[in-house]
Amino acid sequence: MRSEPIRIANGQGFWGDSVDAPARLVRGGPIDYLTLDYLAEVTMSIMQRQKSKNSKTGYASDFVEVMREIFPELIEKGIKVVTNAGGVNLDSCFDALRKTAKELGLSGVKIGIVSGDDILERLDELLGNGAELNNMDSGKPLSEIRKDIVSANVYLGAASMAEALDQGADIVIAGRVTDTGLALAPMMHDFGWKVTDYDLLAAGTVAGHILECGAQSTGGNYTRWWDVPDYANIGYPIVEAYEDGSFVLTKHEGTGGLINKQSVSEQLLYEMGEPSNYITPDCVVDFGSIELEEDGADRIRISGVKGSAATDTYKVSINHFVGYKASGSLTISGPFAVAKAKKCAEIIWKRLENAGCKFEETSTEFLGLNSSHGDINPMPEQVNEIVLRLGVRDNDKAAVERFGKELAPLITNGPPGITGFAGGRPRPKNIYAYWPALIDKELVKPEVRVETI
Amino acid sequence: MKKVKLLEIAHSRSGDKGDSSNIGLIAKSPEAYEIIKNAVTSEGVKEHFGGIVKGRVDRYELPNLLALNFILHDSLGGGGSQSLKNDAQGKTHGQGLLLMSVEVPDDFELPNDENRPEI
Repeated sequence: MRSEPIRIANGQGFWGDSVDAPARLVRGGPIDYLTLDYLAEVTMSIMQRQKSKNSKTGYASDFVEVMREIFPELIEKGIKVVTNAGGVNLDSCFDALRKTAKELGLSGVKIGIVSGDDILERLDELLGNGAELNNMDSGKPLSEIRKDIVSANVYLGAASMAEALDQGADIVIAGRVTDTGLALAPMMHDFGWKVTDYDLLAAGTVAGHILECGAQSTGGNYTRWWDVPDYANIGYPIVEAYEDGSFVLTKHEGTGGLINKQSVSEQLLYEMGEPSNYITPDCVVDFGSIELEEDGADRIRISGVKGSAATDTYKVSINHFVGYKASGSLTISGPFAVAKAKKCAEIIWKRLENAGCKFEETSTEFLGLNSSHGDINPMPEQVNEIVLRLGVRDNDKAAVERFGKELAPLITNGPPGITGFAGGRPRPKNIYAYWPALIDKELVKPEVRVETI
Repeated sequence: MKKVKLLEIAHSRSGDKGDSSNIGLIAKSPEAYEIIKNAVTSEGVKEHFGGIVKGRVDRYELPNLLALNFILHDSLGGGGSQSLKNDAQGKTHGQGLLLMSVEVPDDFELPNDENRPEI
């Protein structure tokens, strides 16, 4: 067995995460792989919409900006990158990366591209071949939303990304792959794990789950935040992975944040369903098998992970258009702030009713009072100021737009002491609902190609 | 017996799964795990969150992590981009659960928390 671990760091937990984190990981100490995770479920629909307006977009443009900064250092240090930045437009992402490499004077870099996840254009063919794509939560048939679908992507696993690395790729760009697969792929590649090594695949998947949300395993979102040193310089997570499936979570020396059993456990349970049945395209993981052990300062060793064979289906993430929404807020200060906020809400809803506007759904929230936790805590008798947040949802875009025009007038024609309306009128935003489904693996063919730029 | 908030003896983290949120509740010690395992039930969590949780609450035990995992069904106003809620992803539900009170023996020693702010 190899005694040296491979070091896999994650510098991006979502599209919008710290723009400095990838460079800090590359410069802060040794790593072998840098993973960059850009895709949330709703991101796919946003990217398809961008692409429909401009055929050169539809990928995580942040990725190219990050690469512009760190590309030469990656080559110099031999650090490989695995990312899902390709979104719904792998070719344009690749082109942009190639252009950036050229501008930086880099050549001979091998780029692996993993495709086959985007089935939007294949839906009719797949339905004809026996795929049902019923909503796996509600059981409803796809025909109910067929005409409103804006994106449809299969969650591919780690194997295709590992294959791209096997073919020599320095940078692997994928579209919709599992977040955990970004970290598992390098382990499969370096250690030669097979697709039937279920315990090992499960271990790599757990490592990926701990890494996938960036600093959420290194002190970010940590319950005892008062114990976290130097948040401003928080270290992003690094896994030192061993061939036997054990691994250590750590971060670079001199960085802020902390790693202990609780920080790791908090992240292990993040977005968790049934812990003994964590399904990925690569394997099924039992989170009840995970053993944590302290291994020095800011180091936790993880071992004992058990897995079993993958299912014969892929999960499909479909997004469909369901109407419009808008939300906006007003800040209400001074004596009787809560009573005034309630009065403001009453006035706005009355005016919209008078204007003939009806909505499928409305919301009235009092930020600073109880919007997050309802009546878990007793209400304070008086607060100095409060933010009234109103929202509407409907198919009628004109009504949603009209709602946006009813907030600002309150400042001059409602109760006194209202402010905080500098951002302009809330505009209607398209809503895309999530439609999870399953598809037989046989119907989907992931493709791998490696190009030298 | 004395009453303490879960904040005193546990950690938590929450996130979304469609229109459900999940909360991981992690005890600070094996003794604290025995307490939360017995005291924090699905019914208790549903009652604690009142009108926020419109569906059922599922509960899973992870003794290896001294943890419980709760799924709060139908708690995000539609979830994802459909929800009108300020917290459409249940990011705050974990902190909400730490406000729940449980009974501990009078001689139960609370973990040291010297850096914690007063209020």
